[in-house]
Amino acid sequence: MNKLWALKKSIWVYHLCSGSCNNCDIEILDCLTPKFDLERFGILLVGSIRHADAILATGSISRKALPRIKRVYEQMPQPKLVIAVGGCACSGGIFKNAYNIVGPFDKIVPVTAYVPGCPPKPEAIIDGVVKVINSL
Amino acid sequence: MNRKTIIPIGPYHPLQEEPEFFELEMEGEKVIDINVHIGYNHRSIEKIAESKTFDQMVFLVERICGICSTSHPIANCNAVEDLARIEIPERARYIRSIVGELERLHSHLLWAGLAGHFIGYNTLWMWIWKYREPILEIFEAVTGNRNHYAMMIPGGVRRDIKEEDIPFLSKGLDEAERKIDMVTKAVLDDPVLAARLKGVGILSREDAINYCAVGPTARASGIPIDVRRDDPYAAYDLVDWKIITQEEGDVFAKVVVRLLECFESIKIIRQCLKMLRTVKGEIAAKVKEIPPGEGIGHHEAPRGEVFHYVRSDGSNMPVRLKVRAPTYVNLPTCKATVPGESVADAAIILAAIDPCYCCTERIVTINKRTGQRELNGQDLLRLSRKKTEKICKNMGRRNV
Repeated sequence: MNKLWALKKSIWVYHLCSGSCNNCDIEILDCLTPKFDLERFGILLVGSIRHADAILATGSISRKALPRIKRVYEQMPQPKLVIAVGGCACSGGIFKNAYNIVGPFDKIVPVTAYVPGCPPKPEAIIDGVVKVINSL
Repeated sequence: MNRKTIIPIGPYHPLQEEPEFFELEMEGEKVIDINVHIGYNHRSIEKIAESKTFDQMVFLVERICGICSTSHPIANCNAVEDLARIEIPERARYIRSIVGELERLHSHLLWAGLAGHFIGYNTLWMWIWKYREPILEIFEAVTGNRNHYAMMIPGGVRRDIKEEDIPFLSKGLDEAERKIDMVTKAVLDDPVLAARLKGVGILSREDAINYCAVGPTARASGIPIDVRRDDPYAAYDLVDWKIITQEEGDVFAKVVVRLLECFESIKIIRQCLKMLRTVKGEIAAKVKEIPPGEGIGHHEAPRGEVFHYVRSDGSNMPVRLKVRAPTYVNLPTCKATVPGESVADAAIILAAIDPCYCCTERIVTINKRTGQRELNGQDLLRLSRKKTEKICKNMGRRNV
């Protein structure tokens, strides 16, 4: 049996913003509000990384945020899932060549799934999370 | 004995959407001082802008902030139009106002919901965000996207609001107005919110002036400033609306100002939609070339005045873009509002200015060996004077 089966029932997500424009962040929060209501699938936004099963990561990583992001990732309990939300987190987007950006998320930590879009619609984020659950 | 304790908030904290770091210096339950560390979101937008053309720059500045994502383009287009002396068509002026005000609606509702979340009143959060959805649907119908609308270009707007969209828009507005009315009445009469927010984090009129506060933060302290009236652009001088102010300056006053401003926004949009039926014609003026020179533009974003400065040397790319976002001037007011309050109130007072750190971020280079700033204020002044002298010499003018 796959050791990740425990995550299938109810993924708790932690929202990690690392130099984004806030737009993916409000769309992630939008997923949790009554119209889209991710909580009916057992997906819950948690405040502490130590309670989280998955990171919803937004933004291309800035130099100042880099050491903090590494620490947040290390504090996360195993098994770790990282879902990159938005164009910046997937590829760097419009900020790819900026001097203060150390690159897209997969350069720093292993990424499980990518949700592209600027910003991705809440439906796309839900679809991404559901695909991750199905692939476990 | 020193009984001072430091409580850190951030950089990754459950209350915050964005990474930012506050140090609260505490004496018992009371906050005696606060230090703010920002810079986690710095993305060097002003530098990237120098490698984009004037048309591309609009899409770049749109990505400064996702919540005020049409405020920066409007301010930027105003700056480029000021630089190139472009007069935009009347229809484009109305469409700009409509998109700008729709954004104010969605942003104020978003903040009101998050304010509920910050004080642990999640019912309010869920409730208000539910009523914010119809406005995002209007956006999707009119501009093609829920956020990042990409409506502005220098010279006008990119998409027209068609005749057949107007009934859908007005129906959505009626619906939104009814719901906002309900929410406003509920919030204003709620004893829990009144007990939690009234008299908390008072920003006096003098402090608001001293810290140069803008937008709803200043208006809640009784200062009637609003760029839409003080230096009209788009269609704000063609429609009838009024500035909402409150005298108290506490967090509750800021809630009231924002909720009442929603009704003014709806009023403006209705008048603009009515005018769209009669004012026909082009939606964008032809922009042939951008002459050398400099231009400024501003827009009253939901959080306050957004200011853009653009300089061109006659090529198709700007030489310099300078952005001043509202949070940059509103954030220091926390030095006046937070000390003296309890630690439980600090979070909502910090959130009361509707902070948007991704707009605000600046960078300082520090020499790692000495711990000194590479360039301090004096150095920048010296460099700036040196450059002015160089420019004057090149232009054959004496420095005055």
